Amino acid sequence: MAVALDVALAHLTSRKRQTLVSLTGVVLGVAFFLAVSSLMRGSEKDFLKRLVDNSPHITVYDEVRQGRPQPAELRWPDAAVSVRNVKPPRETRGIRGWSQRLEFIEALPGVRAAPVLTGGAVLTFAGRQQAVSLSGALPEKMKQVTTIEEKMIEGSLDALAADPNGIVVGQGLVDKFSLHLRSTLNVLAADGTSRPLRVVGIFRTGNAAYDEGQAFVLLKRAQALLGREDRVNRVIIQLADPYDARDVAQTIEAATGYKSVSWVEASEDILSLLLVRNVIMYSVVSAILVVAAFGIYNTISTIVMEKTRDIAIMRAMGFHARDLERIFLLEGLIVGVLGSGLGVLLGLVLMQVLGQVAIRPPGVSEVVHLPVWWGAEQYALAITFAMLSCLAASYLPARRAGAVHPVDILRGAA
Amino acid sequence: MSRTESASPPVIRVEQVTRTLAGEVPVTLVHDVSFEIERGEFVCVMGPSGSGKSSLLYLLGLLDVPTRGRIWIDGEDTTGFDDDRLTDFRLARLGYVFQFHFLLAEFSVVDNVSLPIRKLGRVADDAARQRAAQLLDQLGLEGQHDKRPSQLSGGQRQRVAIARALANDPLVILADEPTGNLDSASSANVRDILRGLTRELNKTVVAVTHDAQFAVAADRRIGIVDGRIDLAWKPG
Repeated sequence: MAVALDVALAHLTSRKRQTLVSLTGVVLGVAFFLAVSSLMRGSEKDFLKRLVDNSPHITVYDEVRQGRPQPAELRWPDAAVSVRNVKPPRETRGIRGWSQRLEFIEALPGVRAAPVLTGGAVLTFAGRQQAVSLSGALPEKMKQVTTIEEKMIEGSLDALAADPNGIVVGQGLVDKFSLHLRSTLNVLAADGTSRPLRVVGIFRTGNAAYDEGQAFVLLKRAQALLGREDRVNRVIIQLADPYDARDVAQTIEAATGYKSVSWVEASEDILSLLLVRNVIMYSVVSAILVVAAFGIYNTISTIVMEKTRDIAIMRAMGFHARDLERIFLLEGLIVGVLGSGLGVLLGLVLMQVLGQVAIRPPGVSEVVHLPVWWGAEQYALAITFAMLSCLAASYLPARRAGAVHPVDILRGAA
Repeated sequence: MSRTESASPPVIRVEQVTRTLAGEVPVTLVHDVSFEIERGEFVCVMGPSGSGKSSLLYLLGLLDVPTRGRIWIDGEDTTGFDDDRLTDFRLARLGYVFQFHFLLAEFSVVDNVSLPIRKLGRVADDAARQRAAQLLDQLGLEGQHDKRPSQLSGGQRQRVAIARALANDPLVILADEPTGNLDSASSANVRDILRGLTRELNKTVVAVTHDAQFAVAADRRIGIVDGRIDLAWKPG
């Protein structure tokens, strides 16, 4: 209604300074909201990216969450007699029929998967020994799901495919054993068999334990060494969108029966911590807007009190109570819209400035910039909250304006 | 006094109207009042301070509702109207002029006058402004349209208030001490304008006043004492 808007604007401009103060409250509230939110969410995203990038999005284990029921229990669910001491059949550990399951997993959209057989082994070289975690992998698939290929300093993962007796080891082991590319070392499997393998690649991740205790061989080789033919015990999965992990893991688990753990599940504690942190942060920054709302309440209340005669004459003239309410709600809305708009602009400037801030964490040579998140959701949140505060702040004065009885005012004035 | 075609119903018909303010000691403002006002009449309601004449005007103007009794306006019984209907009725058919002009200080004169027209919403905003300008011109306020009320003299402001009361072409103009705050020249001017409205535009004007000079121009005077009609009451 144009008339209401005209009157609302006239009221606000009639008290310029007070309106400006309320407006500044909202502007600063929204801007700080955005600055703090962008930093907190930015650091959260930064942290999660590290978490997500350095670990598989989903790992399918050769375990089941719930043992399969015994056939007898399925056949006679309400049987009067129960057989005790029934054990599941003994079988070679590992994911059975993994190639079909892998096909199923790879058919899911946005999924890259690599089968792995991991087991313990001991590497010996010139009388020295090192227990390692030996992972049998398919190089071309492994490259797609881990960052190991980027960490190669000599040779490559692909060299494994060319040389079935090849092994890829970490820099830590190389230093310890004084190895070179193409050195031959012996691997001692759990069942006592020993086999010479040639170093075809060296990686360095920077994680000392990993660089010393991890080795890669071809999947077939690992299966033979660990005595688990045609088995894998893990499928490592990377997703196009890491945040689909929970759903995809559920799909996989439902279809294959094997325990599929998404990174979300694996880092539940950290994620809930981040959530709590966000709740605290948003409560604090929202508090600024609540304080700003008091300023608006104060301004609009003053206007209502000051304009009681105008309200009375407008009611007499033929404005409904709800028209008057609308006028004052509109005043809150105008402050809200202007405040949100200017606040978002100021917030963007603040975020830009924060993004430029360079910090040098102790012991790190690289200069790190503050992580600033530019996500749309925080603007929506800030604007929604600002608008709600403004409307809430103008609601009470608006109600009071609507309740003005013209006769009371006219009688007093006459 | 009766200059109407006998066939048409009275514009205002008040029947045994009483208005009592509830409270520990109820106060009766208007006591069992009945009268009729014909179309085109210029009526003055007179009486001492606190006699209930303003209260009666608020009842006629549908700003207040009687505790008992009925009020017909333009042949319509307004008894039982809810606030929305009363408000719509006021907007379309009644106009007010008060002792204090009550113009909105932030709006120009022409915007003040066009406000009720825009609220009624029967014409576009441009047309509303045009009509407002016309009314102002008719009341001798040429060239003052874009001024703020504070830039006008008391008499001019009251003329703006009259223009605003006329904005939606109402049947009845209700005036509460319209000259109470004016010097004698301005008072005479306002009085003549109000009288003119009844003569030229066939509007009905009901004015509450103390001003004997003003009252002589009226077609009829209704005396109110202690909330009752007192035919014998004479000013001064």
